[in-house]
Amino acid sequence: MKKRILTYVEAIKEATQQEMDRNPKVFVIGLGVDDFKGTMGSTKGLIDLFGPKRVIDTPLSEDGMTGVAIGAAIAGLRPIHVHIRMDFLLLAMNQLINIAAKSRYMFGGMYSVPLVVRSIIGRSWGQGSQHSQALHSFFMHTPGLKVVAPATPYDAKGCLIEAIRDNNPVMFIEHRMLYFQKSHVPQSLYTVDFGKARILARGSDITLVGVSYMAVECLRAQKLLKTIGIKTEVIDPVTLSPLDTKSIVKSVKKTKRLLVVDTGWTACGASAEIMARITEEMDNLNDIQIKRMGFEPVPCPTTKNLENLFYPNAQKIANLACKMIDKKMKRKFGENFDAPEVMQFKGPF
Amino acid sequence: MLYNHFYRVLYKIRRVEEEIAKAYPTDKIKSPVHLSIGQEAVSVGVCLALKDTDVVFGTYRGHALYLAKGGNLKKMIAELFGKATGCAKGKGGSMHLVDLKAGVLGQSAIVGTTIPQAVGYAFAQKYLNQEKIVASFFGDGAVEEGAFHESLNFASLKKLPIIFICENNKYAIHSRQETRQGFPSIAHLARSYGIPSVRIENNDVLSIYKHIKKAVTDIRRRRSGPIFFECMTYRLKEHVGPNEDFEVGYRSIEEAEKWIKDDSVKKLAKLINNKVRQKIEEEVDMEIEEAFEFAEDSPFPNPEELYQDVFRGNI
Repeated sequence: MKKRILTYVEAIKEATQQEMDRNPKVFVIGLGVDDFKGTMGSTKGLIDLFGPKRVIDTPLSEDGMTGVAIGAAIAGLRPIHVHIRMDFLLLAMNQLINIAAKSRYMFGGMYSVPLVVRSIIGRSWGQGSQHSQALHSFFMHTPGLKVVAPATPYDAKGCLIEAIRDNNPVMFIEHRMLYFQKSHVPQSLYTVDFGKARILARGSDITLVGVSYMAVECLRAQKLLKTIGIKTEVIDPVTLSPLDTKSIVKSVKKTKRLLVVDTGWTACGASAEIMARITEEMDNLNDIQIKRMGFEPVPCPTTKNLENLFYPNAQKIANLACKMIDKKMKRKFGENFDAPEVMQFKGPF
Repeated sequence: MLYNHFYRVLYKIRRVEEEIAKAYPTDKIKSPVHLSIGQEAVSVGVCLALKDTDVVFGTYRGHALYLAKGGNLKKMIAELFGKATGCAKGKGGSMHLVDLKAGVLGQSAIVGTTIPQAVGYAFAQKYLNQEKIVASFFGDGAVEEGAFHESLNFASLKKLPIIFICENNKYAIHSRQETRQGFPSIAHLARSYGIPSVRIENNDVLSIYKHIKKAVTDIRRRRSGPIFFECMTYRLKEHVGPNEDFEVGYRSIEEAEKWIKDDSVKKLAKLINNKVRQKIEEEVDMEIEEAFEFAEDSPFPNPEELYQDVFRGNI
């Protein structure tokens, strides 16, 4: 039988719709979730199925509406709060960090906050410095929040259902470029456990850990490296908090080389945390090489030629991997390469 | 009878806080305390007009609200003492009192932050077609926070079953209201969001009660959406801590005199039978003594408790 194939965005919408069908307490709230574009398709049409009671447009009040979602969660509802760009979460940090993450602990376990916050990292077509930020590490830093950043449609659906059913606040991190990804997605409702990484490719020469969209670019790098005989192991952490360090440690013990690639800045970022945790958990660091890659340490520019320099991509990943394997190896692959989804994306959002 | 009950609650809150102030120098309460002494009438007037099943969200100055809504006294004192038997197992302290049974759902140390949660809880009541009314307590300083405005707008837009209670004591720590606010009136500001709004001038528990009683009846009968009250009141102790601070310069004892003269506890004491009053006072004093003993005798949390309650395991 032919496998059922969905895009990432279809998987997100299907998970939402099926959970809303299953549980009347689940609702979607966010700016524009009910409009004709439906958060880049991820909530499109839900308004026709569930009406304005459960698909709720909001005032432009990220802080207040996050508090409203928390209050509704405390009262027993299951809100999915949607932000079309992750940058807007900065307006909601007080409610997320001071309230959502702490309520259960500071009230001695009296109640919990079953809240899902979906946010999308933007990229390409001139999104610029305020429509492209990847701030997942802010949330990894804070106890009391779960942070999940699935890279495949299969994991997107399973993780979103898991997030909705979780009794705690879950930051669900998406990436605009992932919306084009396709994979097998079963029709049935299924969950993907948090805290388990996925091995996307097996290899013995180097371990690539790709966060969110960078899992896709790491797989492309793996294919490039294969052409010159390098066997690459690619790991998608899927969940950033809790983080499955065991799978990464096991891989690094085998390959002796770890390159962590994040779709965000490196300083105090997810890559920093993953490197630190792996370093702590390895019994022996002799002969182990560890490096990372992420955004260049500047705000994101809009013009294409500078933007190309700003982002990691498959070629840059493969080039650094080569260098880790053999310092004398000359640069093998060009650097200014556009992935198909980057070419395909024509904005505006 | 109503007066007797009012007096019992008012007297209890006043005496509890006096005992906290007395115990403070022993350093057994290792937690900042923001005392409500002088402001109790607002919490009591509002909470006694609510049903037990209604809920409140409040602020770090929350002892009065917690007790007025029926929060467990023993668990409160134990919480202040950092004991395992505290209402938040010693993890919240004075600024984060909670009692789900009594409908005390949360208090926050960050000014204005519980207002949107109260609105969200009210939103859920409407969503679930339930009867509970939410009371959101905050001070005059919170009115300057963005979350306040965002919350009032959404509550008005969705006509939610919530009453907003602004306890206006005129000071944000040591800054006077007129040095912080360019607009002429908080009550008026609320009206601009389409929310009916009343300013209650006299810090009088009975008039506050009457106003709130009418408001919650209107909301419960679906005759009204949110209603806003600006309750003028006065903090007699320092912003944080057990002492008075009229000598430090930001306010004068003369300013406080009218509030001291009109003190709600003393005023109500005159309205009830002397013998009944004495009996109430004896009973309350006993209850407070027992609560402090309970807190003293309770154990501190076990070390493994440090890691508990970060997440709730899925059922």
